[in-house]
Amino acid sequence: MYRVAGIDPSEDMGWRMYAEAVLAFNLLGMLAVYALQRLQAVLPLNPSGLPGVAPEIAFNTAVSFATNTNWQSYGGETTMSYFTQMLALTVQNFVSAATGMVVLVALIRGFIRRQSDGVGNFWQDLVRSTLHILLPLSTAMALALVWQGTPQTFADAARIETIEPLRLPAGHSEPRQTIALGPVASQVAIKQLGTNGGGFYNVNSAHPLECPTPLADFLQALAILLIPAALCFTLGEMARAPRQGAVLFASMVVLLVPALVATTVAEQAGNPLLASLGVDQAASSLSGGGNMEGKEVRFGVAGSARWAVATTAASNGSVNSMHDSFTPLGGLVPMWMMQLGEVVFGGVGSGLYGMLAFAILAVFVSGLMVGRTPEYLGKKIEAYEMKMAALIVLVPPALVLTGTALACATSAGRAGASNPGPHGFSEILYAFSSCGNNNGSAFAGLSAGSPFYAFALGVAMLASRYWLIVPVLAIAGSMARKKRVPVTSGTLRTDTPLFVVILAATVFLVGALTFVPALALGPVAEHVDALQHLR
Amino acid sequence: MSAALLARSAAMLGILTILTGALYPLMVTGLARLFFPGQAAGSLIVRQGRAVGSELVGQAFASPGYFWGRPSATPGGPYNAASSAGSNLGPTNPALAAAVGERVRALRAADPGNPARVPVDLVTASASGLDPHISPAAALYQARRVARARGLDEERVRALVNAELTERTLGLLGERRVNVLKLNLALDGLGPLPGRP
Repeated sequence: MYRVAGIDPSEDMGWRMYAEAVLAFNLLGMLAVYALQRLQAVLPLNPSGLPGVAPEIAFNTAVSFATNTNWQSYGGETTMSYFTQMLALTVQNFVSAATGMVVLVALIRGFIRRQSDGVGNFWQDLVRSTLHILLPLSTAMALALVWQGTPQTFADAARIETIEPLRLPAGHSEPRQTIALGPVASQVAIKQLGTNGGGFYNVNSAHPLECPTPLADFLQALAILLIPAALCFTLGEMARAPRQGAVLFASMVVLLVPALVATTVAEQAGNPLLASLGVDQAASSLSGGGNMEGKEVRFGVAGSARWAVATTAASNGSVNSMHDSFTPLGGLVPMWMMQLGEVVFGGVGSGLYGMLAFAILAVFVSGLMVGRTPEYLGKKIEAYEMKMAALIVLVPPALVLTGTALACATSAGRAGASNPGPHGFSEILYAFSSCGNNNGSAFAGLSAGSPFYAFALGVAMLASRYWLIVPVLAIAGSMARKKRVPVTSGTLRTDTPLFVVILAATVFLVGALTFVPALALGPVAEHVDALQHLR
Repeated sequence: MSAALLARSAAMLGILTILTGALYPLMVTGLARLFFPGQAAGSLIVRQGRAVGSELVGQAFASPGYFWGRPSATPGGPYNAASSAGSNLGPTNPALAAAVGERVRALRAADPGNPARVPVDLVTASASGLDPHISPAAALYQARRVARARGLDEERVRALVNAELTERTLGLLGERRVNVLKLNLALDGLGPLPGRP
């Protein structure tokens, strides 16, 4: 395999060379996805005869899948042929996740190597991540999903005669239902495991064929967090310091659990504006109750809230309910989970390298406070690493806030919001939070297919992916060259419960300080507004 | 970026595309057809040799003699399984309260004198527009209307609902629910809808 491609897998690459390979491979992947979408009308496996995808949607989708964002500006079953779903989208689901993993592994090598110029071989890392980890897990997951009811077929949509003909306006009726099918399970499995999130169907895992049962729901939600959580322990293993990995994992859990509780409570409380209409939103043994607009009965409020937090904490972005219809505070939490920078588990690989940038920031800040030289995993943190870490921490918020401001200041941007008032602002803020952090979930009322959003969000996705990958690899290169400093009594320990608190607080504070004003204009204003209507 | 690097990238992309984009879905399709042929083809329900629906995809019901499913926001009419969609109405959007109020009125008009409050899932649009389920409360709320329209004893209809009830998985995951299509097929099994062949 390496021989066919003319690659020497034993070559140890410096960080610049490694970064160039990442960028070249991703660039070609993007071009391939764009070309396949544009040409799908003349390619095979297109039983519904779908036309080529429009240029702005094709650009947005190519960027979206290559950057592991999987923002959907299109409806899957009405836009993409089976050929495109498989050879363009499924492939990027694998390799974009693998890209995240290899960049992380290069960074970890930077910490554990001593006075070395190389950070590893990109091609070997890519092939191993894809074929040794993602492919076997996806195969098992896909079969489990088919068992639960997710279709996997190359046949065209099923056309069936319904029990009762559908009555349409003006006396028409429709006796048939067309049920879109396809090779769904194989794509859904990797969309979850690779924290991609791009669904086969328009409504993603809310679709009863994409996520048919509560067990399928549980398995998919587990798959979202599986690899990002496991990579914390990979770090512990590679650095021969299991406690360091456990500390990172614990900091993520500390940030995740309160979010989970908050969303569930907000959604279970229901929508106060419906109570006066004679609607029963209380939970009982016969009904889950709660805010059920945009939710599925089989998941209920608990399953929907759990998923919403998992998918935004990890940079997955798949949905099993419509976040746009969440209560103001229930929708605030998922939005904020993304704004924290996708480091609470985050994307495959990208979550942990983001968290490591926060760890560098945390040791630097606490080092300043106690007057010690900051060190992390046995390496001194100096000005160069700090500059790079600052880029990693600050680029996404800058993209989110400037993008949102730009959209609000232009008529093309304002026209995209579908709901009135502060909720419309929330839709825009959510979209840029999602794309500026490579998440991909949406307040789906926004007309994301319009040229303005297709382009602006495409640029945000590109910048937030590669503008982070390059500084991460720069840190890796600079760390690898350094000597190891021995642990002394003067070292600030980073494998203690205290550091869990410091790290979680750093993430929390940066996220809070950056986004509280914007959140106040959107979900908080809407919440206050709703309360006033009740008086 | 050198030409050699681009050539290597292209070769690697080609190889991985064949492995993950062609061989992987083909292998899963083969295994799925072998072990789970019914599910792989969309879990279709076949009656007298023809497919009448998918067990997993809801259908639109409007006669008083059938149980109604959840409101659906799919384009081109409810329960359009070729184009899934939610309403995406925000919680404070006046259009949401108006739609819910309208649905409550329609349910009350179809069953005058029903004293119960309307279960929330029966008047709010599902996420997919294809939700095959309603809560047990939403089914029992409709039992009186369905029984009258069919000239059946209400207790018999309630017993049917209870027989079609799906419990939480392992008592823990998901919600208790009733599959509307299966429930209506079971109703038709008791005898045809009056006024229909």
